[in-house]
Amino acid sequence: MLLDVRNLQVKVEDKPILKGIDLKVDAGEVHAIMGPNGSGKSTLARALSGHPEYTVTGGEALYEGRDLLAMDPDERAREGVFMAFQYPVEIAGVNNAYFLKAALNAKRKHHGEPELDAVEFMQLVREKSKLLEIDQTMLSRAVNEGFSGGEKKRNEIFQMALLQPKLAILDETDSGLDIDALKIVAGGVNAMRAPERAIIVVTHYQRLLDYIVPDFVHVLSAGRIVKSGGKELALELEQKGYGWIEAA
Amino acid sequence: MSTSTETIEELATREYKYGFVTDVEAETVPKGLSEEIVRLISQKKHEPEWLLEWRLKAYRLWLTMKEPTWQNVKYDPIDYQDIVYYSAPKKKKALNSIDEVDPEVKRTFDKLGIPLEEQKLLAGVAVDAVFDSVSVATTFREKLAKLGIIFMSFSEAVKEHPELVKKYLGSVVPYTDNFFATLNSAVFSDGSFVYVPKGVRCPMELSTYFRINAKDTGQFERTLIIADEGAQVSYLEGCTAPMRDENQLHAAVVELVAHDDATIKYSTIQNWYPGDKNGKGGIYNFVTKRGLAAGRRSKITWTQVETGSAITWKYPGCILQGDGSIGEFYSVATTNNWQQADTGTKMIHLGKNTRSTIVSKGISAGHGQNTYRGMVRVGKKATGARNYSQCDSLLIGDKCGAHTFPYLEIRNTTARVEHEASTSKIGEDQIFYCRQRGLSTEDAVNMIVSGFCKEVFRELPMEFAVEAQKLLSVSLEGSVG
Repeated sequence: MLLDVRNLQVKVEDKPILKGIDLKVDAGEVHAIMGPNGSGKSTLARALSGHPEYTVTGGEALYEGRDLLAMDPDERAREGVFMAFQYPVEIAGVNNAYFLKAALNAKRKHHGEPELDAVEFMQLVREKSKLLEIDQTMLSRAVNEGFSGGEKKRNEIFQMALLQPKLAILDETDSGLDIDALKIVAGGVNAMRAPERAIIVVTHYQRLLDYIVPDFVHVLSAGRIVKSGGKELALELEQKGYGWIEAA
Repeated sequence: MSTSTETIEELATREYKYGFVTDVEAETVPKGLSEEIVRLISQKKHEPEWLLEWRLKAYRLWLTMKEPTWQNVKYDPIDYQDIVYYSAPKKKKALNSIDEVDPEVKRTFDKLGIPLEEQKLLAGVAVDAVFDSVSVATTFREKLAKLGIIFMSFSEAVKEHPELVKKYLGSVVPYTDNFFATLNSAVFSDGSFVYVPKGVRCPMELSTYFRINAKDTGQFERTLIIADEGAQVSYLEGCTAPMRDENQLHAAVVELVAHDDATIKYSTIQNWYPGDKNGKGGIYNFVTKRGLAAGRRSKITWTQVETGSAITWKYPGCILQGDGSIGEFYSVATTNNWQQADTGTKMIHLGKNTRSTIVSKGISAGHGQNTYRGMVRVGKKATGARNYSQCDSLLIGDKCGAHTFPYLEIRNTTARVEHEASTSKIGEDQIFYCRQRGLSTEDAVNMIVSGFCKEVFRELPMEFAVEAQKLLSVSLEGSVG
């Protein structure tokens, strides 16, 4: 078991959001977390990655059998947990390639691997940037600064491709993407599917799941998983809407 | 992150209390300021009569002046009679080996990447003959002398090149300039003198020498740099190491003169003792720096990275007198804990088609208060003058402050003046984003801060840009998380 979430409860500014989530994710699987606005989808993603504004009030989360919630966010990242942000932040003046190199080397160092020098890093970058049709100029610009919405999301997936996480959590990666960008992003994610890696896709819409086909679909409502199933559950939701679940 | 620079500095100062020998040598004059003291200083330095007269004029004027209060800083009144205005280079108690240096101080040295031999020198360890600073200095000086470049201490210049000193001393910052500059004029101890002759491009940064030798120039430094027609020189002032310094008040004066087509680049990295975490102690850095772009197409660039001192009060400015002359000011000022900085620049456009650029980056953390104060003045005859100013403030935490006071005085309708200002906070979101990619909080803050300062750092000579970046990270250590 890569990730084992048991009865996870999370609050934001004293407001309970997650009221007991159980979720088991094995390596090689793709899980989709769906649900209406305010159901707690993004809260789950952020709590798992350790965002300081999300306070865990109960339950546990085991990652490779270890207490995930006891780890600092950066330790989680170095241990292979990656979150693609819904709203990637801009960091003025910090070169995107420089940032990525620092991130990759922090992880390599953590795992006792030699750090990559600039030449080795750029080789890796060239290889991965083709995958997501990343324009080289995007790498020399400041992190996310002046990026369009689509560029930001592509940059997130590009980072994921470089960092090769074991557990990738995509927080509403499809929001704000047009259909072409969506296809590129989905193509990048699909290329990342591997027996040793799990992917959790948080999304409001079924649309993304046409391109990233999940093994499991979970529907969140008011802080609880109210229904789980296979990929067909997403289609059913598309037809009947979230009202169907909430009423049930 | 339990040890911050402040703690290191604190340790360094504490060690001073017990570790240094009390200076009871005959070379020290009694505390306080009087005409007698001014005469005594001049006499001890074997100065010519004209210089003594100049000092005395300054002293008499100073007596009638009031300490300025308009700056946005707070401090207890300074007792000017409680300061020793002259003492021979202090004999610090020599330590026998680097092992005797406080491990915390050593750690900071290592972090800054200062070579071992230099560490010894800075920490006051008896240095063996291999690294004799005097001989190093001499080697540099001989190389420069071949090109006709004069680079020596101010006192030496007074003796060896009195005509140059007499011509330029006070020509940019007159002894009447302001309270602290006037005080400096009366009692200045030493400093540096640079003259680069016509058409000569100084082949090295005038800095290594300075770094090794300036440690005892004291609290009232006076620097004078002259670039003759077509000459070019880059000068770096300051020490990037956490040097032990027991002086409370630093009132230095720097004057630059650039003739036709000459370029002077003056870079400062200032890391004086900032006081402890509770705001106790620390240096008052009250400095007057001004450059006169006298000649046509001359250019003066000030770059400063100010991370130390309890209070920083300085406005390196340019008087753009020559037609087509250029003035630039690039500044990073950080205030952490209880530090205060009121800094900026003055760009005085007098000549035609003069241009100036101001890029100021203020970083506040802890209870730090950071003020940018900048003046752009365009005179009546300065047709076609242009200025671009950009002032950015970065806040770390919610107890610090950033303030911006731009002053514009435009007397010529053809002038074009632009001012941009921004204030941002290092967001939890930015730090979290970096951490989610595997960077530690400390690395995240360093990365965000150096990104913020990029436009200034790239103006620094390469190796100092690296040092400045390291220094910044040391001085902001412990400010987050």
